Amino acid sequence: MSAAETGGPGSKPNSGRRHFLIGIGVIAGGVAAGQLLRPYLVGGSEAAPKEFKPHAFVRIGADDRVTVIIGKSEMGQGVYIGLPMILAEELDVNPQRLAVEIAGIDPAFNHPFMPAQFTGGSMSVMTTYEALRRVGATARRMIVQAAATEWGVPAAELRTEDGVVFAPDGRSATYGKFVEAASALPVPAKESVALKNRADFRYIGKPQRRLDSRIKVNGAAQFGIDVDLPNMLVAVVARPPQFGATVRSFDASQAKAVRGVVDVKQVPSGVAVIAEHTWAAIKGREALRVEWQDGPGATLSTESLRAERRALLARTGLLAKNQGDAIAALGEARRKIDVEYELPYLAHACMEPLNAVAWVKNERCEMWMGTQGQSQDAQLVAAALGIPPANVQINTTFLGGGFGRRASGTSDFAVEAAHVAKGLNRPVKVVWTREDDTRGGYYRPFGLNRVQAAIGADGLPIAYFHRNVSKPVLANTALGSQMIPKDGLDPSTMEGSADMPYAIPNLRAEVHNTKETVPSLWWRSVGHSANGFVVNSVIDELANLAGQDPYRYRRALLAGKPRHLAVLDKAASAAGWGKSLPTGHFHGIALQESFNSIVAQVAEVSVVDKQVRVHRVTCAIDCGLAVNPDQVVAQMQSGIVYGLSAALTGEITIEAGAAVQSNFDTYPVLRLTETPAIDVHIVDSDGPLGGVGEPGTPPIAPAVCNAIHAATGQRIRRLPISASLA
Amino acid sequence: MISLTVNGERHDIDADPEMPLLWALRDLIKLTGTKYGCGIAQCGACTIHINGQPARACVTPVSAAVGTEIRTIEGLSPDATHPVQQAWIELDVVQCGYCQSGQVMAAAALLEQNPSPTDADIDAAMNGNICRCGTYPRIRAAVKRAAELKRGGQPA
Repeated sequence: MSAAETGGPGSKPNSGRRHFLIGIGVIAGGVAAGQLLRPYLVGGSEAAPKEFKPHAFVRIGADDRVTVIIGKSEMGQGVYIGLPMILAEELDVNPQRLAVEIAGIDPAFNHPFMPAQFTGGSMSVMTTYEALRRVGATARRMIVQAAATEWGVPAAELRTEDGVVFAPDGRSATYGKFVEAASALPVPAKESVALKNRADFRYIGKPQRRLDSRIKVNGAAQFGIDVDLPNMLVAVVARPPQFGATVRSFDASQAKAVRGVVDVKQVPSGVAVIAEHTWAAIKGREALRVEWQDGPGATLSTESLRAERRALLARTGLLAKNQGDAIAALGEARRKIDVEYELPYLAHACMEPLNAVAWVKNERCEMWMGTQGQSQDAQLVAAALGIPPANVQINTTFLGGGFGRRASGTSDFAVEAAHVAKGLNRPVKVVWTREDDTRGGYYRPFGLNRVQAAIGADGLPIAYFHRNVSKPVLANTALGSQMIPKDGLDPSTMEGSADMPYAIPNLRAEVHNTKETVPSLWWRSVGHSANGFVVNSVIDELANLAGQDPYRYRRALLAGKPRHLAVLDKAASAAGWGKSLPTGHFHGIALQESFNSIVAQVAEVSVVDKQVRVHRVTCAIDCGLAVNPDQVVAQMQSGIVYGLSAALTGEITIEAGAAVQSNFDTYPVLRLTETPAIDVHIVDSDGPLGGVGEPGTPPIAPAVCNAIHAATGQRIRRLPISASLA
Repeated sequence: MISLTVNGERHDIDADPEMPLLWALRDLIKLTGTKYGCGIAQCGACTIHINGQPARACVTPVSAAVGTEIRTIEGLSPDATHPVQQAWIELDVVQCGYCQSGQVMAAAALLEQNPSPTDADIDAAMNGNICRCGTYPRIRAAVKRAAELKRGGQPA
């Protein structure tokens, strides 16, 4: 019986292991597991009686089905294969036979850095690797112990392979045979369970195909926007035409006359038009008349925001880093630059526009949506509705892209849906149109940077003084309260600059926080997306000033850092740095360390009539252990395309307090024909685990712009490139 | 009532004639594999086949689809064994997956008309389909692999 059939959101919220079910794995017979979204059962009564479940992460059925329960949100980065295969390695089961289940809200899936379920920061593998291995090893040991007891053979003499236990005398049986006996055993202390040596890995480190491909190529995968519940309504919200404006009054008479429109009501974020289906809601909103009250940002424009930033650039800011004495060194230097770098607001532009389904009834709220921050959503929805957080259930679906947007600090799309649902006594899906999504704010901040830098007699940098003016992002996120000290210095604003790997003796970084009404948010690779561009461009400028080759110049600045050098050298050699290129083609190089990974990229670019063409990108990465190498490659390809989109044309501009761009016609993104050939090289490493979802993005903009400089002599100091070359 | 033929089945729906086929498919016929991405034929997430030709469901009014054969991703093959689907699985094309129904439908339509597409043919057929995860390099490779499979190549 589904929650829908019981007549309301589940009556025993958060009672133990209550998981939303989307079986995506392929079971032994090669048949896809239950593919459709089902409201889950209350109280876990659905569990098969013969099932071994030593931990929240895994259960093994008498039918040999191994189900791994994943609390990280799948938004393309491959957590539904990368994480299960880590557990499968120690359990000794071929990952291709696993089923994957999407976890509900459960403290077992909390992020190690905070008491909350959260997916972001390229941290899913690095923060769950040990725990998944322990759970897999523990489950295997208990199965083996059960087999040893049943067969009267010492456990140490048994071996396992792909879900089968083997005895020296030739007997063998699948794990399913022992689930009942294993369930009766005490769970051993986790320290007592041995883990495999890396050399013995059967699956980790070798390419594994994704388990969610099949349902993503036949239309069966359920995204938030696909959720359909009995008696469900669909709403769109008329939001202010300007950031910070509010509703003065509205006339719903014509909207309500649209066939299919059920209700029109004001919510804190605007006016919701609620209808029988999406099209009626959209038509109803077109017929709605709203009078808006200007807010404090009514006259904001990109020009005024730039002027504000430029004025602040002249003043001393919050001190983020002070190594040596950059100001004194700059004063004494003869060869120096004083340059300004500008980065625009960027929308995340996930393929799946924002949406959320909410059902509010009897002091409870159940939600279905693609989100990166389940725990925070539940807390903020509860606060908005005036109910206890335990009365909010979040059912995570597939995410049609995230890039940080589905983890806003205000849980804006979840909270809004709850407000729309309140009083309806029916589930309602709030759908954002593409225009709503693009113009809805929460952008990568508009930043203006001033860098003063100097080189010494040998041409190498002696001073780097970076001042960054932008609206901080962590303040608006789940991590903000824990990471921003009292002085208001957001550490992400200067990440990738103040802690750059390039050796510069005198380094100073200052920050000015702006407070405009335009909401800011992390965007794939956070501060690195901006600072990686500034730092790698400035290093190129300094190499140029010194008359040195930009690759060899970087080598000199990375001396003593073998991992960085190996990555840089790999990208350069694989690209054929310094060798002849087709006529009119030029190379640019950049290296950025982010999220514990080191990535270098060489872009091969031509510029004809101010039209930039990126022909090839050669990428090298050291992410420590590459758990699923082919997905590491996929994430580098992804990060490069995402970053190249932004570098070439990505820009949200502001007029009269609102975003000018609205859809893919005015906010163009990279298409197939504009996509370069991309070669990815994984550099073998025994370094600590690094992330891969974001680190591919920061180097591409500077690599391309450095190549443009090589091609034309023009230094791109303002992104997007289209704005600088116009 | 408007009568539509989708994946070989007749559906009678109560919809205004100007309702985009996209919303009729998703909200009324409950086939949600066809995705909404832009509403203005810019992204290709809603690509379907009408009488075998690729079409953008988001700008096709239901009135224009009456009397046609509509095929959606759900009707491409009963078990994800269409050569395009096989190639997509083999090369691990998908990431978030949201655009992939449209990508697969665009590629399937291309191969129906052109069993051995060149790079230029692939560019022309696939450039209207946006992917924000950047799966383009694999899409290009998978279209070629699908063409091989369709010509009788063995699945890996």
